[in-house]
Amino acid sequence: METILAIGIGVLGGAGTWLLLRPRTYQVIIGLSLLSYAVNLFIFSMGRLRPGAPPILEKGVAGDPAAFADPLPQGLVLTAIVIGFAMTALFLVVLLTARGRTGSDHVDGLGD
Amino acid sequence: MQTPPLSFLVVLPVLLPLMAGAFLLLFDDRLRTLKVTVSLGTILALLAMAVTLLVATDRQGAIVQAVGNWPAPFGIVLVADRLSAMMLVLTALLACASFVFALARWHRAGPRFYSIFLFLLMGLNGAFLTGDLFNLFVFFEVMLAASYGLVLHGSGIARVKAGLHYIPINLVASSLFLVGVSLIYGVTGTLNMADLAGRIPAIGEEGRTLFEAGAAILAVAFLVKAAMWPLNFWLPTTYSAASAPAAAMFAMMTKVGIYVILRLSLLLFGADSGPSAGFGAHWLLYGGLATIAFGTVGVLASQSMPRLAGYSVLVSSGTLLSAIGFGDAAIIAGALYYLASSTLAICAFFLLIELVERGRAAGADVIAVSMEVFGDGEGAGQVEEEVGTALPMTMAALGGAFFICALLLAGLPPLPGFLAKFAMMSALMTPSEGISGSAWALIALLALSGFAALVAMARTGITTFWVPMQASLPSVKAVEFAPVAGILVLCVAMTVFGSPVMRFMTETSQALHAPSAYVGAVMPAPPAAAAPAVPEAGR
Repeated sequence: METILAIGIGVLGGAGTWLLLRPRTYQVIIGLSLLSYAVNLFIFSMGRLRPGAPPILEKGVAGDPAAFADPLPQGLVLTAIVIGFAMTALFLVVLLTARGRTGSDHVDGLGD
Repeated sequence: MQTPPLSFLVVLPVLLPLMAGAFLLLFDDRLRTLKVTVSLGTILALLAMAVTLLVATDRQGAIVQAVGNWPAPFGIVLVADRLSAMMLVLTALLACASFVFALARWHRAGPRFYSIFLFLLMGLNGAFLTGDLFNLFVFFEVMLAASYGLVLHGSGIARVKAGLHYIPINLVASSLFLVGVSLIYGVTGTLNMADLAGRIPAIGEEGRTLFEAGAAILAVAFLVKAAMWPLNFWLPTTYSAASAPAAAMFAMMTKVGIYVILRLSLLLFGADSGPSAGFGAHWLLYGGLATIAFGTVGVLASQSMPRLAGYSVLVSSGTLLSAIGFGDAAIIAGALYYLASSTLAICAFFLLIELVERGRAAGADVIAVSMEVFGDGEGAGQVEEEVGTALPMTMAALGGAFFICALLLAGLPPLPGFLAKFAMMSALMTPSEGISGSAWALIALLALSGFAALVAMARTGITTFWVPMQASLPSVKAVEFAPVAGILVLCVAMTVFGSPVMRFMTETSQALHAPSAYVGAVMPAPPAAAAPAVPEAGR
């Protein structure tokens, strides 16, 4: 499972980085999204991969910490997803404005 | 957990701008009187709180507030110590100046200026106060989101283009931030800065490499904000494209990166952090030196004043980074003094540029520079100008302010720029084990960058102020000139009260070099009672 996750993060991160360096704004925003997926998966993996272990204690039961997944990285991922989503939306607006202003979707606003 | 007096003051600098900004979103932008009153009231309240915190932390050390009253390693803490309080005061001062300046014209240039401005303050204050790495990320994002809005404030192709570069760079930096934070959490199992400082000496051999990799990735994110070469090519373009009040506030944003690096490098990698002590210091030192060199070349090469100011930001950042790289208490005391004076000077300069450039045609700078090269310019037609007319007050006042800015940026006596550089140089020259080569390099670059700033400012000043009277004098309102004058008066006051200010900086620096007091204030019980270190590694 670790190998599959590692390959997944690597492919997402690599594709994201490549797209980020492309000259078209649309490629850049897709690259940013892929990169943020890779980062989110990475944060999640830092809590160690534990199949079948819930992150939340049951009500009224003290519980053995060893039987539960680490809840903190999951909380961090949630925050990171929300923030990343908002930032991508904001960047999309800037991108459209730039398209309207310069008449080009090149990141430097150059013509074709 | 008992709450010490004044601990509410640690929360309010975050809460107040958030609530005021959100409240103002409810109203239409046409209700300007209401919005201006609420915003200005909030900013003045922030200034008052920051000054109170400064006095209180100077007297009693760090003030800690556990948010939600959860004890420290589990809950989130907000901590104000001398350094945080000083940064809060600087933020509030810059906010006052920029906001009052914006009241003349700029606050009408785009929608929701007031809320964005207040949210930026919230992000800045939160980043300075938080004692938790992930919360630092959240406040960074709040600050950045607001700064994206401010970059674009006023619109126009130049700003949109600058934003198109500025936003992705910061989004990628934020991704690196997250990777670094999660690596550190993966190794140590904590994100609380004070808790982290206690656990670092106990990290095992295989975990240490991973931890240091995490710290390095995290540092890259901060160095992008702090604009260390080669992560800084975005800065001059963005800062010169932004509207004057926004650029003046951004002078503070690079200092957030500096602040975090200063805090974390001394807290996590201080003398008593075991094998990791001094991690990354060489990178900061040489990176800082390269940044000063790059900034100096940029200052000399700039053909317009906003770019000149942008490169001055780089010189300031580089100086601070390389001073942090030395890690010596006396050098950092001088660097803190430099931080305060250079931030204020750059803020005043950005505001001043807008006023000076108002009366000039677009592209006047470029012509002025090429005129020096090619000899005869278009200026020959001006010869019949009357000689000996009284210099109008506006130009005289602007020229005076420009002169003071030049002295500040070049570091000439008697202003604080000189005192700060002198303090750093004297600390560099009196080490116990002889002056190292890098210390000589920093001394040389400090002198050289000051000289370059002087040359560039003199050149710009001559082509701006010593020209035949222009047809249209810049019309400057009192409300626009007052913030510039106020900040410059503050700088002069920093010289007049140099001794108490320097005493404060020295104590701040010494407190940073003895992080046990900070850790003791944040962590409730003695560190021995804490959970066993590195509980998760190798699971």
